[in-house]
Amino acid sequence: MRKYFFLPILVVAAWSLNPGNDPGKDIKKKNKAEVENAGLKLPSGFSASILLDSVGKARHIVVTKNGAIYIKLSKLVNGKGILYGRDTDHNGKIDDIKSFGNYIGTGITIKDKFLYASSNDEVFRYELNENEEVVNPEAPQKIITGLVNGRQHNTKSLALDDKGNIYVNIGSPLNSCQVIDRGPGSKGKDPCPILDSAGGIWQFKADQLNQTYKDGIRYATGLRNVMGLDWNYQINELFVVQHGRDQLDMFPEYFTAQQNAVIPAEEMFMIKKGANCGFPYCYFDVQQNKKVLAPEYGGDGKKTTRCEGVEQPIVAFPAHMAPNALLFYTGNLFPAKYKNGAFIAFHGSWNRSPEKQEGFYVAFVPFKNGKPDGPWEVFADGFAGVETVMAPKQAQHRPCGLAQGPDGSLYVSDDVKGTIYKISYKNN
Amino acid sequence: MKKIISATAVFGITIIVASTSLPVDKATMERGKKVYTKYCVACHQVDGSGVPGLNPPLEKTPHVLGTKTRLIRIVLKGMNTHEEIDGETYSNIMAPHNHLTDQQIADVLTYVRNSFGNKAIVITPGDVKYVRARTK
Repeated sequence: MRKYFFLPILVVAAWSLNPGNDPGKDIKKKNKAEVENAGLKLPSGFSASILLDSVGKARHIVVTKNGAIYIKLSKLVNGKGILYGRDTDHNGKIDDIKSFGNYIGTGITIKDKFLYASSNDEVFRYELNENEEVVNPEAPQKIITGLVNGRQHNTKSLALDDKGNIYVNIGSPLNSCQVIDRGPGSKGKDPCPILDSAGGIWQFKADQLNQTYKDGIRYATGLRNVMGLDWNYQINELFVVQHGRDQLDMFPEYFTAQQNAVIPAEEMFMIKKGANCGFPYCYFDVQQNKKVLAPEYGGDGKKTTRCEGVEQPIVAFPAHMAPNALLFYTGNLFPAKYKNGAFIAFHGSWNRSPEKQEGFYVAFVPFKNGKPDGPWEVFADGFAGVETVMAPKQAQHRPCGLAQGPDGSLYVSDDVKGTIYKISYKNN
Repeated sequence: MKKIISATAVFGITIIVASTSLPVDKATMERGKKVYTKYCVACHQVDGSGVPGLNPPLEKTPHVLGTKTRLIRIVLKGMNTHEEIDGETYSNIMAPHNHLTDQQIADVLTYVRNSFGNKAIVITPGDVKYVRARTK
């Protein structure tokens, strides 16, 4: 026999949720700032500080030419989904925050006098003044609408080229296009019907209003979910980092949980128009170093039928680490090896049990002439705040967004506690 | 017999005191853990904490501690409601697990209801059979 008595505690709850009334907030901020390099482990010569803390689910970010920051939130705070923060007294802390935009989402970027931001099914843009401040926060132009929003993989990462095009990720609403999504042993739908409207990158015009699928071009297909998306202006090509498939061990006749934990890569691609990267039919096996047929489509971990001719990754990262942002570094602050290389924010894994979870760091891939030039490395680690993460909830911070500051510093957002980090380099 | 003592303080402050109920028999917990490790741990995690934003936690949630029928139905039919649980929503889908036997479902749910800080009465194969017969 069980009885609970619930009495009204809503008044107390409502009071404590109001951040303005939280007397502990300033103390917490101060304590954190005193930790060396904000608790991060960095290569020699680099340092990190916390610009802002406890802002909510901070997803992608972009920094203006004056060093102010726009932050896209995936959960509204006081009804708003975009923050604009400035360090008005230049003490290394953001002290002035304005908010606008009544929609949740992840994508945000700046290109040629406009701020672009996405909800999970639309893309908006806001005119900027000469200081890259939004002229009218309440009147964005809706440039794209009606995109597939399947809850899973529904974030719309954004990138723009120099020719007036915007590239939008439309993730697969399914893990592997099974008849029963994430169902043990369930076969793949063949052909996978979602590829007409999802599982790829779409190209639209940056300056036209109310575009839908019929106005855009499916620029690349066979991409399960791309959160890391950036245009490389050095060679004028699109680069993406894909969240690879989960749960190979739904087919236990071919895969153990341990094999699922390590086999299906997180892939980085250089994308040309018309590229097919293989999802859901193929995944990249990091151990065999090749594309392999998915078990939903008759694969046994070895067969490669159907995978010939699909796009090969230019970098294959360990499984399940969740690359949430990609940024080509064009600044001059960091040492020469970083110039034009790629930073990737890994959110950290959840699908590696019984092994420990991995990721929760910012990685770096050196590039030369638009091609990887050496092995990838961990650049900034320690976000999780604990030595071992067995379950993702144990991670205290998880990298999600990246931006480059006007001085060449690197900004990293965290969507667990809403911390914004700034990573700098000492020139000596 | 399980006893729950609920003490309620005055002036709108609620305190719930769960009793130390009879321990669930060890063999059931061991069988339940096996099923959990095979079919559940990937998403719900080793400590039942789930994955923020993706897979719901199993720690003291109303779904786990509520009626047996609702919990058994989630296993049989899966879950795709994306409802808010303690202020957070979860985007991944849970597939139906109606291929598990009545015994396996009873064991795993008893395990879940008595792990991760949870305490709730056991679910028997008879409970599962009853709900399965009435679930399309």
